[in-house]
This record gives sequence, structure tokens and C-alpha cells, in this order.
Amino acid sequence: MINLELPKRLEDTRALLRQFSAGGLRPLSRKYDLLEQQAMPQELYDLGKLLGGGRNRAAGGSEEPAGANRNGNNMFMVLSSAELCWGDVGLFLALPNVGLGNAAVSAVATDEQKEEWGELFASMAITEPGAGSDSAAIRTTAVLDGDEWVINGEKIFVTSGYRSKQVVVWASLDLKLGKAAIKSFLVPKGTPGMTVTRVEHKLGIRASDTAQIVFENCRVPKANLLGNPEIAKTAEDRKKAFGGVMQTFDNTRPMVAAQGLGVARAALDLTLELLKQKGIELDFEKSYHQMSAIESDLYDMEADYEAARLLVLKAAWMADNKQPNSMNASMSKAKAGRMGNQVALKCVEICGQLGYSKAQLLEKFARDSKIIDIYEGTQQIQQLIIARQVLGKGSSELK
Amino acid sequence: MSDTDVLFDLTPSEEQQMTREVMRRFAREEMAAAARPADEAGALPEGFLRKTVELGLNFMPIPEALGGVGAGRSPVSNVLNTEDLARGDMSMAIAALAPLAMINCVMDYGTDAQKEEVSQALATADFTPAAMALMEPGIGFDARRLNTSAVRQSDGSYVLDGAKSMVAFGPQARLLLVFAASGDAGTQGFILSGDSAGVSFEKEDYMGLRPLPLYAMTLDKVAVPASARLRDDFDPGRLLSLGKIATAALAVGTCQAVLDYVVPYVKERTAFGEPISNRQAVAFMVADMATELEGLRLMVYRAAAQAERGLDCTRAAFLAHRNAVKYGMKIGTDGVQLLGGHGFTRSHPVEMYYRNLRALAMLDGMLLA
Repeated sequence: MINLELPKRLEDTRALLRQFSAGGLRPLSRKYDLLEQQAMPQELYDLGKLLGGGRNRAAGGSEEPAGANRNGNNMFMVLSSAELCWGDVGLFLALPNVGLGNAAVSAVATDEQKEEWGELFASMAITEPGAGSDSAAIRTTAVLDGDEWVINGEKIFVTSGYRSKQVVVWASLDLKLGKAAIKSFLVPKGTPGMTVTRVEHKLGIRASDTAQIVFENCRVPKANLLGNPEIAKTAEDRKKAFGGVMQTFDNTRPMVAAQGLGVARAALDLTLELLKQKGIELDFEKSYHQMSAIESDLYDMEADYEAARLLVLKAAWMADNKQPNSMNASMSKAKAGRMGNQVALKCVEICGQLGYSKAQLLEKFARDSKIIDIYEGTQQIQQLIIARQVLGKGSSELK
Repeated sequence: MSDTDVLFDLTPSEEQQMTREVMRRFAREEMAAAARPADEAGALPEGFLRKTVELGLNFMPIPEALGGVGAGRSPVSNVLNTEDLARGDMSMAIAALAPLAMINCVMDYGTDAQKEEVSQALATADFTPAAMALMEPGIGFDARRLNTSAVRQSDGSYVLDGAKSMVAFGPQARLLLVFAASGDAGTQGFILSGDSAGVSFEKEDYMGLRPLPLYAMTLDKVAVPASARLRDDFDPGRLLSLGKIATAALAVGTCQAVLDYVVPYVKERTAFGEPISNRQAVAFMVADMATELEGLRLMVYRAAAQAERGLDCTRAAFLAHRNAVKYGMKIGTDGVQLLGGHGFTRSHPVEMYYRNLRALAMLDGMLLA
């Protein structure tokens, strides 16, 4: 039965997370935006624990029989990402237990490894100075020497790379074999040969650290290769192997898209609150001919927010129900990425001096929102993926 | 499972899936190919309306006791049907669905006698023209402040005065549901026949929707009995929301037709030695069309599903309609752009979609979810 409202269970969780964001993250927003990435926001350890407990309870609540419609973990993750980013995108990224590498490790690590590696706070090192959106072009290598992998290369834009306790690094076992030879490795902090060489100073999400990491003959045990160590033999199998790696993006893209929802909602809520003091309120029955220019902008933003929100929910719902969602995941990211940025910028414009001033958080939302249209696949990469699907084109034709 | 435990779900019911197949086939076979000649002729294809009776649309919401199927009022089914038929042709879809809009409104807000009258007149083996008359001529129409007036007489009857526009079928309409402002009682709906005394029509001509017979309607001291008025609990706000949802559903279907046409075209058309679809400037336009269309479709479904569950759909309907006007026209104009000079000629349907899609901004209360 077609229904696009959330069940009470998820609606309640959403409301709780909003409270958490309003009471836990927002009060820290300005402080850590100014402090940038000098120190780990200590408050986040306690907040993270609080959140972790709530997550286990909420995600375990789905008990639909096999084959029935599910609102599962993907749906939960997009809703929680949106709510936490309503609080603060930078602090959300800096939360110890949402490290991007955590999911990758949890999926494949043995119990002994989990024990050995201790509490997980794993960052994900993929991008290199010469390889951004084209992640198959990475040059970092891993060579087996006895019982150890020897890793060499340079990684940039590693979210939480400085503060995390482990780094999951993508490296090639054989540069000649292309995509299929790319594997991921867990490198605990303090491993000789791995050095954080710089942290970036950024436009936004300043509470989150973004690191450059250099690997120089960095040695890790053989077992630290995550997943299958075999390189696919045939060209067909190699394509499939890398496809499997890229498939994880079908799940993560809606979650990152949800960050755009969070920041847009935050900007809109604050703008509406400020405008209310000026006597401007939305009336969803108003005739187009009766609207002021500012009201017209507000309705447009609400409508675009709604479109993006439903695209995100659909992509997550498809993932929960094991439907192929590659195109929908990209649609959600393309729409929510650009909407979040446009809305946040427009809200600054509408609120004028107050919007631009550091006296309010609107200017921060506008700075934070930009990266959401860039990381986890830029706007243009998403358009490319959507276009290939709609037009039935391969990557060799539509480049 | 209590009502609040209903899960997010995009799966249509089995009934809806079967109906969609029928509607899509009908749109493909009976509408799409006939759309261009109908546009040129400014008239519906011969026999088209009679064929739509076989779809059984009008019978669905009418109770069995009144000769219908008794499937109940389903805004979700209505938007799916509207989307699928508009994919064939927007003008023909409106013509086919105009009587159903009146039936739905009467099922929602009519008296028992009105339900019987409308069922007998419209749930028939032959197509019976009928329509709702809400819109009024000129710039700045506001559906909440109608200029057409209904003045209550001492005997309880009403006298209607004013002007309506974009009234489908006009003088051929067996029944019309006319909306007018009735003093402190606000907007009220009145059922009258197209040949009532004091009613006159003049054919209208628009840039699009050309096959659809649209008329300006003048009401000059039209006397209607009290029994012609919809029930006291008639909710004009909800009616307008259901109208907005249906208009947005027309946008979804028509935009899907645009996409259906441009995708094969840009893959076949070559320039500089390769298909133009291999160029990002073209491909990204197509990607954005597909993305905005999908977002719009979901907004329409959400608003309709809210209405179906009896939730307040005012906000969702307003936002769906707003994006339908904005992105519907954007997709329409991009459709012409992607075909270049060829898109500007009447040898391709994209210029017709463009003209039809502009109507989204003014269609009000013609169809209902």
C-alpha cells in the first residue's frame, strides 16, 4: 500500500534525535567551528555513547516477516543522519562511533581482530592527490612481504584521519590490474610508517578534522586486509569485484544525501523563526498572486526540501527491501546535495545582515552545506551515474 | 497494526498494478499516436470518449447500490490513473477524467439524492460529458475568493451570477458542478445542467490543451434549487488540495512522456561523429529531468496517500503543485531544447508537451485526486 509517512517507531526515534541534536550538538556548534580541529570535542565521547545506546534499541525494532515490506536500518540511518546534521554537520562527522571506516571493519573483521583492534573509531582513506572521483586510479600500493603487507602512498581528505584510532586505507596489490586489485587495509594509529602530515583548514565542517596521511613502508599483519585477498582472474570477474566495492556507495550515498536534508532543515527552521518576528509566516493555501518575493522563495525551498527528502527516503527504502537502487541513490545525493547548498545560501540572503553575521548560525550552515554536494561523489558524478542509467550507456561511451 | 504503525511503502496494491497496466496500454494505443492529429484538429479523436468508458473509471467510487463497483474513494488510485493517462496525452486525459472529478466530489460532499442523480447520469454505458467549473477569467484568480456569487433567496433557493472559464465540454455537459461564493457561507458547490436558463457558453482557445473542448461560461441570474447545493460539511480547502494533487499528477505523466521521447532521440541523433547523448551537456540535462520528475512523482504520491488516510494534505498538496508548475515547465522547455530546431517544429511532440505543460500553472479544480 502506497504510504509515504513514517511509522510511529521511526517518527519517535527521529523526534528523540532532534532533541539530542538541539540539546547536545547545537550548544557546541559555534565553539568548535571557531576552535576548528585543534582538539577532539571531548563532549562528543559522552554524546556518542548516549547515541550508540539509542541506536541499538531503535534499529532492533524492525520485525517484519521475510518478504514483507521493511523499514529497516537504511531508513533508520538516513533519518538519524538528517537529524544529527540538523544539529551540526561537523560535529556529526566528528562523533567517534560514526567513523566511515567502522562499517567497513564491522562487516568483515573476525572476533579476534575486533578484540585486538579495540574500540573502533576508524576513518576511511581513499582520495589521493591524483585521484578523487575516479577512485580506481589510486596509486597507493600494498606488497606482501612475508606475513606483512607493506603500504606506500599518500592519502588526502581523510575525514577524522587525525583523531581516529584506526585508518582503513585503500591500496592496490598490483597497479597493472586496475580496479580489481584495490583492497582495503586496517592500520592502527601508531603503526610505524603511517604519519598524519597535515590537517586541512576548510570553508566549513570545521569541527571535523580532515587529514593528509603518508604511508612510507608501513607494515601491517597479513590479516589486516579487509575482505577477500584474492584478485579476480578474468576481466569479467575483476569488473564484478570492483562493482562490489562501489555498491557500498548505493547504501552510503542516501545517508550522505540525508546530511543535506539536515542542514537545509536547520537553515529553513531558523529562517522561519527569524521571519516570524517580522510577521512573515507560511500559509500553504495562499494564492501565487498574493505572495511576496520572499514568501515565494520560502515555498520554493520547502518544495525542493520535500522532493529531496522523499528521494532520500525512497533510496533508503529500496536498499532496505533489497531492490537495486544505484540510480535512486545517486538521484537522492544529486538532489539533496544541491538543494541543501542552495537552501542554506538562500536563507543567508533572505535574512540579510543577520544571515551573514556570526551572531546567527545561518552563515555557518551555508559554509557547512557546500561539502555535502562534493564528498561521497560530487554533483557531477551523480549526474553522470543517473544519465548512464537513464540513457543505458556504459562508462566508455558517456565519460 | 494500528494506523500509526503503517510503514513507508511505495508498492502499489495488486489491484492498482493491474489497473496501471490497463491504463498504460490504453495511453499507448489509443492516446499517444492520436495526440498530434487531435492537437492540429483542435478536437478529440472520433470515438475516443466512448472508448474511455471501457476503462470503468466512473464506476469505481460509486457504491454498488447505485450501480457502481463500490471500490471507495481512492486518491492514490486517482493519481496513478491520471499519471498513466497523461503519459498518453494531457488533453485527452483531462477530457476522460473530468466527469470522474465531479463524481468524486459528489461522493465526498453530495447529498444522497445528489449521489443518486450523478450516478445515474454519469455511470453509464456511453460517455456522458460532465465537469467541474471552478476557474474564473482574467489575471490573479484566487480559488479562495471567487467572484461568481450565489445569493440565497427567501425560499432557500439560490441565484448564481458571474463568469467561469476553462469549463470542459461547456454546452455539451450533461451536468456541471459550479462553485460560487455564497456570502458568509463561503464557497459552495451547485449541480446544474449545461442547458440551465441563464447559462451561456463561448468556446475558448488556448496555446495548449487544444483537443480539449474548453468554454467560457456566463451565469446570468441562474436560479438553482436548494437541493442542488452540496452538503453543509463541504470543505472547499480540501477540494482545492485534491485539485492541486491531480494537476501535479498530470505533470508527472506528461513529463514522463517528454522523457520517453527525448531519451531515444538523443541516443540516435549524432553530431561531430557520435550520439549527442555521449556529451555531458546533453546527458546531465536528461539526468536532471529524470531526478526532478522522480522527486515530483513522490510528492504527488505522498499528498495523495495522506488524503487517502484522511490526514491533512494541505501542505503536501501545495508543495507538490508548486514543484509541478516549476519543474513540469522546466522539463517541458528542456524537452524542446534537447531536440534543437527539430524540437521547435510540429514534426515532433515536444513542442506540444511544452504548450500543454504551461497549463499546469492555471488548471485549478478540473480534476481531483
